[in-house]
Amino acid sequence: MTSAGNLATYNFAYLDEQTKRMIRRAILKAIAIPGYQVPFASREMPMPYGWGTGGVQVTASILGPDDTLKVIDQGADDTTNAVSIRAFFQKVANVKVTTKTGEATVIQTRHRIPEEPLTEGQVLVYQVPIPEPLRFLEPRETETRKMHALEEYGLMHVKLYEDIARNGHIATTYAYPVKVGERYVMDPSPIPKFDNPKMHRSQALQLFGAGREKRIYAIPPHTEVVSLDFEDYPFEIQKFEKPCALCGAENVYLDEVVLDDKGGRMFVCSDTDHCEDRRNAGHVGELGVAQTEAAE
Amino acid sequence: MNSQPLLKVSDLSKFYGGRIGCTKVSFDLWPGEVLAIVGESGSGKTTLLNCVSTRLTADVGSVEYRMRDGQFRNLATMAEAERRFLMRTDWGFVHQNPADGLRMTVSAGANVGERLMAIGDRHYGQIRETAGDWLSRVEIGLDRIDDQPRAFSGGMRQRLQIARNLVTAPRLVFMDEPTGGLDVSVQARLLDLIRGLVQDLGLAAIVVTHDLAVARLLSHRMMVMKDGQVIEHGLTDRVLDDPREPYTQLLVSSILQV
Repeated sequence: MTSAGNLATYNFAYLDEQTKRMIRRAILKAIAIPGYQVPFASREMPMPYGWGTGGVQVTASILGPDDTLKVIDQGADDTTNAVSIRAFFQKVANVKVTTKTGEATVIQTRHRIPEEPLTEGQVLVYQVPIPEPLRFLEPRETETRKMHALEEYGLMHVKLYEDIARNGHIATTYAYPVKVGERYVMDPSPIPKFDNPKMHRSQALQLFGAGREKRIYAIPPHTEVVSLDFEDYPFEIQKFEKPCALCGAENVYLDEVVLDDKGGRMFVCSDTDHCEDRRNAGHVGELGVAQTEAAE
Repeated sequence: MNSQPLLKVSDLSKFYGGRIGCTKVSFDLWPGEVLAIVGESGSGKTTLLNCVSTRLTADVGSVEYRMRDGQFRNLATMAEAERRFLMRTDWGFVHQNPADGLRMTVSAGANVGERLMAIGDRHYGQIRETAGDWLSRVEIGLDRIDDQPRAFSGGMRQRLQIARNLVTAPRLVFMDEPTGGLDVSVQARLLDLIRGLVQDLGLAAIVVTHDLAVARLLSHRMMVMKDGQVIEHGLTDRVLDDPREPYTQLLVSSILQV
C-alpha cells in the first residue's frame, strides 16, 4: 500500500505490513475463541503505554483506506487522548474521521461504549490496561492461564463476595467481569458496568487490545455476554437521579461536572456525540440552552 | 469402616537429581484413619506428602485413590482438570505456614467460601451462612467474619485454614506440620480441635510432623522416615512405646516423654 501524502517514510496506518499480518492473525484467533486472551508481539508505538497502544495497534491493523474512524475517550470526542489518536490516524492513514457514531465504521474507545446502538459492520476497538480479570486476586500468570484453561472461575466470585461483605452490595462499578459465550471470563476493560448490557448480543464486532500486556481478545457479533453476580445479589447497572443537564436524556451514562467552588455541579451525558445529536434535535435539559437560541 | 483402603501408595520414589527425596515408600490409608509421618528435618517427610498429594510428580511408583464412586484411579494419569477438582473438593491441604494456604487479602468469610464458589455455589446468603457456621466450629467468633486473615493471630490463621479446607466435606486431608510455629498452649487447643473434627467427620488424614507428641495425640498409625526411606511403620502407640529400630529409639529417647 502507498503511504499517505508527504509522509513517505510511513507505511499506511503506521505499522509495517508484516506486523499488521501478525496482529490480524491474533485478531482472527481471538474472534474464533470469544473472550480468550491471545498473546501477540505488541510493538512500540509513538505514544506511552497507558495511552492506548493496544487499541491503536488493533485499529491500525484493521483500518482500510475506505474506513471512517471515530475515537472516543470517556465517551467524549474532544479529549486529549481522542483528539491525538484521531490526528495520528489522519496523518498516517489519511482516513476519513468523524464524531458521529452512526457514520463510523471503526470506533476506537477508551472507557465507554457509545449510547447509540452499534450496527452490523461496525467495529468497536477497546483500549485495555489490564486484560486479566483474575489478576488482582491471583498474581501468577501461569496460574491464571491454567484457571482459564480449566474454567476455574470460583475466584471471580470471591471478589464479588468481598464487595458485598464490605459494602452491602456489589460495589464494582467499572471493569465488571463478564462471561463470554458461556466459557471465558473476561475483563471488559474499564468501561462502567452501565455499558455491560450493551456488549450482550451486540451487532458490532468488539476487539480489545492491551499493548503493554500484549494481549488481544474479542467478542464476535451476536455473542452472549453475561455479567457475573449472585442469585441473591443480581447484577445491576448504575442509575442516575436526574437526566442530562444539557439535553435532558434519561437512561444514559452521566459525568459529574463541577461548576464552581460553592458546591455547584451538574450531570451531563458522557457521550458527547449523543448529547449533541439530541440538542440538535431540540431536546433541552435544565441547564441547557436551546440550539436555535444559541445560533441566534 | 470400609473394607477397602482410600489411598494406595506403592513403591513411590522421588529424586532431586542424584539426591534422594524419598524412595520405595508403600502404604495404604483407610477411611477415617490418621497416619503420621515423622522423622528429622530433611528425612523426606514433606517430599513424600507432596508426592502423594500430587503437588509434586513422583519419579517412580503410583498413588491410587478411591473415588466417591468406589473406583480406584491412578492420580498420575488423571486429567489435570479432574485432579484439581479433586484437590479442592474431596481433599484438603493444611500448610505449615497459613499464609501459603489462605488468601491473606480477602476476608475470613470469603476464604472459607472460596471452595463453595469454586464448585458453583452462587447464593451469597447461603455461602456466608456456611462460612459463619464453619468459623464457629473452629472457634473463630462470628464478628471476625469480615476481617482479613492478616489481622488474625497465628493460631486463628491456622484454624481458619482448617475451616477453609473442610467446608466441602473432604474425605482426605493432608497436613504439613499443622502446629509448627505455634506456642504450646495454642498447639494444645489446635490439636484438640483437629482431633475432634477428624473424629466427627470421619476424615482420613496424613499428618507430617517432627513433633512426636503431635503424632501421639492425633494419629492411629505412624511411619518413621530417615534418609528418604521408611524405616519403621506401625501403630502409633507401639512405635512410640516399643521402638524397634535404633534410629526410632534415638528419636523417642531424645524427646521429652509424653
